[in-house]
Amino acid sequence: MFRLRDRETSRKIMSELEGMRLDITLMHVCGTHQDTLIRFGLEGEFRRVGIDIRQGPGCPVCVTPPQEIEMTMALAKAGVTIAAFGDLMKVPGEAQSLTDIRAEGGDVRIVFGVDDAVSMAKRLDGEMVFVGIGFETTAPTTASALLSNPPDNFSVLSCHRTVPPALRAISSMGEIKLHGMIQPGHVSTIIGTAPYEFLSAEHGIPQVIAGFEPLDLMMGVYMLARQHAEGRAELQNEYSRVVRTEGNQAALLAMKKAFVPADAQWRGFPTIPNSGLMIAGDLEAFDARKKFSDIVSPILDREYREPEGCRCGEMLRGVITSEDCPLFGSRCTPQSPVGPCMVSREGSCNISHRYQRAKRRP
Amino acid sequence: MCLAVPAEVKSIDGNVAKVDFGGVTREVNISLVTAKIGDFVIVHAGYAIEVLDREEAEKTLQLFRELLAQDDAEA
Ligand code: SF4
Repeated sequence: MFRLRDRETSRKIMSELEGMRLDITLMHVCGTHQDTLIRFGLEGEFRRVGIDIRQGPGCPVCVTPPQEIEMTMALAKAGVTIAAFGDLMKVPGEAQSLTDIRAEGGDVRIVFGVDDAVSMAKRLDGEMVFVGIGFETTAPTTASALLSNPPDNFSVLSCHRTVPPALRAISSMGEIKLHGMIQPGHVSTIIGTAPYEFLSAEHGIPQVIAGFEPLDLMMGVYMLARQHAEGRAELQNEYSRVVRTEGNQAALLAMKKAFVPADAQWRGFPTIPNSGLMIAGDLEAFDARKKFSDIVSPILDREYREPEGCRCGEMLRGVITSEDCPLFGSRCTPQSPVGPCMVSREGSCNISHRYQRAKRRP
Repeated sequence: MCLAVPAEVKSIDGNVAKVDFGGVTREVNISLVTAKIGDFVIVHAGYAIEVLDREEAEKTLQLFRELLAQDDAEA
């Protein structure tokens, strides 16, 4: 149900686009959009009709800066049990990854969500830190757990980020000329439509909030192309079956109670104002940054090198695509990743590599 | 971390619901939404984050149909 994959409609959209003789660059900021683009071969189809689509800073694990990766490893080495999403396990730090630390005897556990971590903490004698990674889709889930009386031995290393400040950064930096943005359906489910308005109003960028079926994405691109052709710049909602104008109020309230916005680093970017979510003061007993400040504070003050030769930073700013990186598929593969974009299933390098491989198989 | 496919709510027990992703059943936390049995929900990291609006889904399908109809009219 709700699988929008009808061939006839997609052919129609593509031929409409072709007739428009476009030469435009669009950006989206979502691993699931990238997955749809590559898995269904849409990226090449769009390119053929003059539409270049870049994945910007839309992979939560990829944008997590080296400091936060090092913090999780330092905590694990100090004997704290770490609960993390699987995508984080192989992200290379300066010397090691969480997988390496687990192999050395560290207690690092993969969870599907924060509730798994809370249940594990209840059965655990020692301290457990949940690594809270993700945008406005996962941040309310962490918030909800923090607000539901978690056990005393549970805390969160909040690495959560919010999307609109990053969009502001991309459009103000002016490194890439964008003719439109495809906004992330599920982040929008939480935040609603208002936080995007400034991009059209102040930067003249056409925007469409789009769902994740191939036809959602094609329709979203078509709506952007129409805006471009007609000289309009506004925010449209293609994914109205899920995204309400006002967003999810319960989720927004939980986030507001559990977090305070803070300036935050993103991999590949200068510090982005108010783009991070730190745990609110009255929940500080569950804030791993405070609880284990002796372990994590020294890391905050250090500079960490990006993996040598890795171009994730440029990719997260939408300046290049995976194939532009000379290490892609040679020295850098999902089995032996050089950068986070090859580790996370939402990372552009990982997605491209996975489906290229799939295509080569008979 | 993220699943874009809507899942159908099969049963509810407090904040936890059993949902069906086209054959795969999972337990999800529904404290962030108002969901009832038979609803389709969007699930992220073990939480339902929204209930699918059938009327709006129908409107989107209508949008696609109109696009196709345009084609027929032109042909
Ligand atoms: S292919 Fe590997 S090295 Fe190149 S940008 Fe992607 S993750 Fe970094």
